[in-house]
Amino acid sequence: MSAIMDMLLAHAPALIIAVPLLGAFLTPLISRVSEKGRNIFAILIVGITALFVFLLASDVLANGTVTYVFGSTAETVRQSTVIRILFEVDALSIFMAIIGVILSFVAVFYSYAFMKENTGLDKYYTLLLLMTTGMLGMMLTGDLFNFFVFLEITSIASAALVAFWTNKVKAVEAGFKYIVISTIGALFFLFAIALLYGQYDALNMAKIAQSIGLSGFTFLDKIALVIFIAALAMKGGLAPMHMWIPDAYGRAPASISLLLVGATQASLYGLFRIVFTVYGDVLTLPSVSVGWILVLLGLVTMLVGVIMAIIQTDFKRLIGYAAVAELGYMALAVGTGLTIVATADPMITLESAPFAMKAINGGLFHIINDALDVGLLFLVAGAVYYATKETSLNKLGGLARNMKYTTVFFIIGLLAVAGLPPFNGFASKLLIYESTYQLNPILAIVAILSSILLLAIFVKVLHAVFLGPSLPQYKQVREVPKSMLVAMAVIAGLIIVFGLFPQVIVTQLIEPAANALVNNGAYLQWLTGGL
Amino acid sequence: MIDMILETFETGTGFWHPLVWITVFVIIFLLVYIIRGFGEKKYKKGTGQTQAFLSGNKEYDKQLMHVQSSNLYWGWTESLKWVIDLLKKMHTGIVNDYVLWFVIVMGLLLVFVGLM
Repeated sequence: MSAIMDMLLAHAPALIIAVPLLGAFLTPLISRVSEKGRNIFAILIVGITALFVFLLASDVLANGTVTYVFGSTAETVRQSTVIRILFEVDALSIFMAIIGVILSFVAVFYSYAFMKENTGLDKYYTLLLLMTTGMLGMMLTGDLFNFFVFLEITSIASAALVAFWTNKVKAVEAGFKYIVISTIGALFFLFAIALLYGQYDALNMAKIAQSIGLSGFTFLDKIALVIFIAALAMKGGLAPMHMWIPDAYGRAPASISLLLVGATQASLYGLFRIVFTVYGDVLTLPSVSVGWILVLLGLVTMLVGVIMAIIQTDFKRLIGYAAVAELGYMALAVGTGLTIVATADPMITLESAPFAMKAINGGLFHIINDALDVGLLFLVAGAVYYATKETSLNKLGGLARNMKYTTVFFIIGLLAVAGLPPFNGFASKLLIYESTYQLNPILAIVAILSSILLLAIFVKVLHAVFLGPSLPQYKQVREVPKSMLVAMAVIAGLIIVFGLFPQVIVTQLIEPAANALVNNGAYLQWLTGGL
Repeated sequence: MIDMILETFETGTGFWHPLVWITVFVIIFLLVYIIRGFGEKKYKKGTGQTQAFLSGNKEYDKQLMHVQSSNLYWGWTESLKWVIDLLKKMHTGIVNDYVLWFVIVMGLLLVFVGLM
């Protein structure tokens, strides 16, 4: 038994990708036998993937970075050239994979009832599992070209799912916009990889990081860095390149909007990974202030997101803009961490500047909190659509009378996303406010102002959708099926637990992830130690 | 294990303990509830006592009284009209413009990073 567990653990990085990938291709076959069986199969596949992620997480958090080489047990570095693709799973990668797999599991569980009345569900579940594969691959890989491949898998599957309701013109339009944006972003990303490959003859992130450190930041490195930041910031939804987000999030089925939050965060993870790990040796120097780029992008993203959200009249588009604002917090916090070090005494490193680490902790903690809070709000919007077939805030009203549980879940999501105590959003935002204040008080003021506006935005939704007199057209509306309620309850439960016990989450998950992010030496260790 | 769960959340300059906050909240709620007990007891549900006083005007049908989403925050949106109009102008919904923003940002970054 122990031998089997050891073997599963040893191959967990590959299995996390292989299981949903295989599941994706088996889904159409199972669909031919039984539709119900297919739905349960998809839930099981994501469940098994989640088990592998948690198994690997326990190993990574206890024993440090796991490096998994594909295809061979022979040596990987020959004459200083890395010759195989490998996955490098550190505390940050596994933290992101935990988020991805939670979102994927909830999405597939929610889909069971939510998508029941639709046709073409064999394709839907296949694409959903492919999207999960791509997302997890982006989070675990240690190879830049491999990252590009998974980015493409995620983008293609996501675009098809955004346009899944092909009978709606706007959904097809949103899918088209998404694939255009994704393809352009991905092609530029590939171009940047080519610039680095041409110089260093390597695709492995650790190897490239080592080479950039030795070369001392050439002009081509700078061009590649700019392209990486722009491409991943666009895929990560940072303003002013955020405009595809409300389109895609707003038109996709609610379960897919939830998963898109994870896919967007995977791109943001890629951005942080490239800035801190691949360029880690040069970007923490005092003369280089890339941190300010992230800070400015974050600030603009927050402001544009909240101002545009407040004037929206479509439920899901509104949440889409709010999600944009939330992404701004992450960029602001992580950028602040980088900036504090870059502007401080040259002797100060990321590890020894406490506010830099607090900012990064806040940014990473906010990634998981945003996934849960915005995710819950999307599921609530989906539940309202399921019950009323309406998303216009001007036409909805008085639903609290008919949908009591959904209303409670919405209130939890509302309070959490606005950063009100004692919910999870408050804990991460408190870290962000305090640390950004150290860099510049204006940053903290804008962050607090954005939170206040987020509260105003969702209070408006609460009033427009759930409060007010009972409207005659919604007299027959009933609460959504239990599986949808359970999916929302799982996320609401996590929000409450994360809110009540933030220190446990920070100590067990966030701090190891933040340390992994800033300490690129650990990521490069296997290069000198050997595999 | 319990000690770890109940640990105080450190934020650098401050700290935060949700359980303490909730306990204080519950105590305040109980105090308010007790004070409420000393209040007027002649309240009768469903009588004229509970109807809103609308300056003698006839009350509209309840369905007509629901304030719609577009009517909320009118003053706020009106006073920030110039910002909102500017942002609306940016959000054309045309994918070519989305790509244009990408090119603009990349150009600005190139200048910024190139000068480093």
